[in-house]
Amino acid sequence: MYSVEVQHISKSYTVKKQTTPALKDISFSVKKGELFGIIGPDGAGKTSLFRILTTLLLADEGTATVEGMNVVNEYKAIRKQVGYMPGRFSLYQDLTVKENLDFFATIFNTTVDENYDLIKDIYVQIEPFADRKAGKLSGGMKQKLALSCALIHRPTVLFLDEPTTGVDAVSRKEFWEMLKRLKEQGITILVSTPYMDEAEMCDRVALIQNGSILSIDTPQQIVASFAETMLAVRSTNMLQLLNKVRESSFVENAYPSGIYHHVILKQHATAEQLEQELQAATFAGLEIKKGQPTIEDCFMQLMRI
Amino acid sequence: MASDKIITVDHLTKRFGVFTAVDAITFDVHKGEIFGFLGANGAGKTTAMRMLCGLSMPTSGKATVAGYDVYTQNEQIKKSIGYMSQKFSLYEDLTVKENMQLYGGIYGKSNAFIKEKTAFILEHLHLQDEANKLVGSLPLGWKQKLAFSVAIFHEPEIVFLDEPTGGVDPVTRREFWNMIYQAADNGITIFVTTHYMDEAEYCNRVSIMVDGKVEALDTPAMLKQQYQSATMDDVFLKLARKATRSGD
Amino acid sequence: MKPQQHTQAKQKNGAARRQFFSFVKKELLHIWRDKRTLFILLGMPVVQIIIFGFALTNEVKNSKIAVLDQSKDAATASLIAELNASRYFDVEANLTSYKEIEAAFKKGKIKLAVLLPSQFAEDLKHVNKASVQLIADASDPNVANTLTNYATAVIMDYQDRITNKQRLPYSINVETRMLYNPQLKGAYNFVPGVMAMVLLLVCTMMTAITIVREKEMGTMEIMLVSPMRPQMVVIAKAVPYFLLSSINIASILLLSVFALEVPINGSLLLLVTESLLFTLVSLSLGLLISSAAASQQVAMFISLVALFLPTVMLSGFMFPIENMPFPLRMISNIVPAKWFYIIVRSVMIKGVGLAAVWKETLILTGMLLFFLTVAIKRFKIRLQ
Repeated sequence: MYSVEVQHISKSYTVKKQTTPALKDISFSVKKGELFGIIGPDGAGKTSLFRILTTLLLADEGTATVEGMNVVNEYKAIRKQVGYMPGRFSLYQDLTVKENLDFFATIFNTTVDENYDLIKDIYVQIEPFADRKAGKLSGGMKQKLALSCALIHRPTVLFLDEPTTGVDAVSRKEFWEMLKRLKEQGITILVSTPYMDEAEMCDRVALIQNGSILSIDTPQQIVASFAETMLAVRSTNMLQLLNKVRESSFVENAYPSGIYHHVILKQHATAEQLEQELQAATFAGLEIKKGQPTIEDCFMQLMRI
Repeated sequence: MASDKIITVDHLTKRFGVFTAVDAITFDVHKGEIFGFLGANGAGKTTAMRMLCGLSMPTSGKATVAGYDVYTQNEQIKKSIGYMSQKFSLYEDLTVKENMQLYGGIYGKSNAFIKEKTAFILEHLHLQDEANKLVGSLPLGWKQKLAFSVAIFHEPEIVFLDEPTGGVDPVTRREFWNMIYQAADNGITIFVTTHYMDEAEYCNRVSIMVDGKVEALDTPAMLKQQYQSATMDDVFLKLARKATRSGD
Repeated sequence: MKPQQHTQAKQKNGAARRQFFSFVKKELLHIWRDKRTLFILLGMPVVQIIIFGFALTNEVKNSKIAVLDQSKDAATASLIAELNASRYFDVEANLTSYKEIEAAFKKGKIKLAVLLPSQFAEDLKHVNKASVQLIADASDPNVANTLTNYATAVIMDYQDRITNKQRLPYSINVETRMLYNPQLKGAYNFVPGVMAMVLLLVCTMMTAITIVREKEMGTMEIMLVSPMRPQMVVIAKAVPYFLLSSINIASILLLSVFALEVPINGSLLLLVTESLLFTLVSLSLGLLISSAAASQQVAMFISLVALFLPTVMLSGFMFPIENMPFPLRMISNIVPAKWFYIIVRSVMIKGVGLAAVWKETLILTGMLLFFLTVAIKRFKIRLQ
């Protein structure tokens, strides 16, 4: 059973007679209770997609349903059931934490008490600041408040548009842990992010770039389907090493990745061939090993195709 | 070795009322180094960076940037540094060329210099065909690369980069770091903040701020050893989890 | 309706009501927390009334005048006394010859000379026609004009009194304005104008800005995704400004009556009702602007240029509409403030009833319905 179904959605914007496509023939489905990640850089079309699914925007082509309801005709019914957290912090900055929460509860025809069990986990962390204005909260706390507000009416589907952008690594980890707990409550969660490393927190992900989906699968499967041979190399002079590797006839692509450079070999080249070539160039502290591809490596490889 | 230090910070402190945003931080940055300046939101990174750029007066402590004192010589400091942030970088309603002319002009460079440099950058970034296009019409990745080129247009000694790669796709992110490496190779000191922990690995040295203090400062390799972690991500989490305060 | 359906409907209404009031409360909090804006909104009418009522008035008080009385009889004596007694004039010099007039003006002491010819009383009594010559210093034409008007008014007053019995109905030859404003107080004109301006600023501009702000902040996105009906969002936004406007109407009227001594000659109820009607027109205009504007600056710009300026220029309170060229006169008809200005002047100063202003009331009601329909039609249930 699917919570969200998207079929052949296209959307483009026209500014000053210049038409820019934002989404090109996008199709995917999200199962009930799934934590589904939409992963791609800024400008990939994530926000447009979320707006179409939350009935805020009409697609040019294609159809989409949320909980079996059409996003165009049945927008009113959808609006009662979904929770949405837009990309920008969209709460009232001059209202306090508590005022914001109470306000959103009423707007969604409920009370804080009625669904307190659902948000309790998250809300207790900001409750000490209940009387602080939302605008005075830190990035991490703002997010928790925004999530509490998005959950207050016990939505069956939750849309979170880039909730972790601009948030530090610690708060990001905490946020994903919260999402995992919400998933256990049976809520379907769609979350978009530009951080590739967050893919592994999702059940399934769609990698999106320039309005097109590059791949949809579980993060494990995406990594497993990385077909090329990837090596990780390093030495004391990383810049020279990178330039050398890029010049090599055995190498299809090479780029820095943490303390190593990741090197993708051409189809018939072998690790030994490259190793010989590099050793001949006498790099100090040269280390060559088999690389473990990440979602980011897959994303870059898919971008090249 | 003293002349090798391009930034010196000694017990630099900034208080806002009773709140100590930056608490007696001490560190040096060497010439030509890529210095990663990490910290959770609210740890005091932005405040510290503002003081070093001559935008904010410290409460106490000492600091020099490119040999100039942050208390008294902030005009000279501004001339010797470049600055680029994720939020503000270029004027979207000016063309690529106009932006470069503007920044060249702001730093008082001659027309000949501006012309030559503009041509050089355009060629380097393969943007010759886009020279007369509005910056707003370029993809984000190009904008960020262009913004970096503009930040070092006047050939500063140090460039401050505030989360320069936020939201940029992984390929462009690497191209961007490539540019950083090249700039460092040309002797420009790089002072960079980022939320991407793999980028922390690219830095020569990394400092991690927690609650207004510099909690750790070393090469990525040494930090990982010290905190018995496999990645910088772990190091950061171990340190940042100690934080007791949060704020922006 | 089945009982079950009935309860459902009731629940639905209850929910909608709660949503609505919670939104209004939120809106009031926004206004309350932004003390500076609140202070401006509530202080503006007071300041404007004071500026227009006292400082910018075209009244000229205690002007020095000279009198050349060639008759020196009882009639001229009492006329001079009358002039001197009025708050506009102080008789500075009693001249004895024509020659002295110019000298008196040249000294710069006097602004107006009143010449009463010989046999003034005789003429008045027998021919029932006496002439008075007014000589004004027209180096400032406005002042000269005002002073001669005042003097004429005083003299007419006097004439009316002494020739009471013989007075013919059509012989009253005083300007209309003075007829309803015998003391020629500038405030009479300004009060309705200030009311129109303040209501427009508070209702139109503030409502437009506050709605556009939600668009800018991104909170409108969440509101749209919520079950609250979009139209309700818009109407709930207008309520606090309606309340603010009511306070402003009250403070303007109180200031007018007690500080500027402008009486409310007509029905207070009618005046307040008409003011609230105009408030609603302004609010609906604000909603209309908000549906077109994408940023707060644009909203402010449209409000100022498209509404505020025409209100000041074309409503008739700064410049008389009758004197305008035809195209401007036509345009003035679509300025709501023009009709409101006519209504307030009529009710407040002339003291007439609804029977005299039903046409203007109808026009304003029509405008209200038109703006409101267009605004709600244009309000988008989606972004873009």
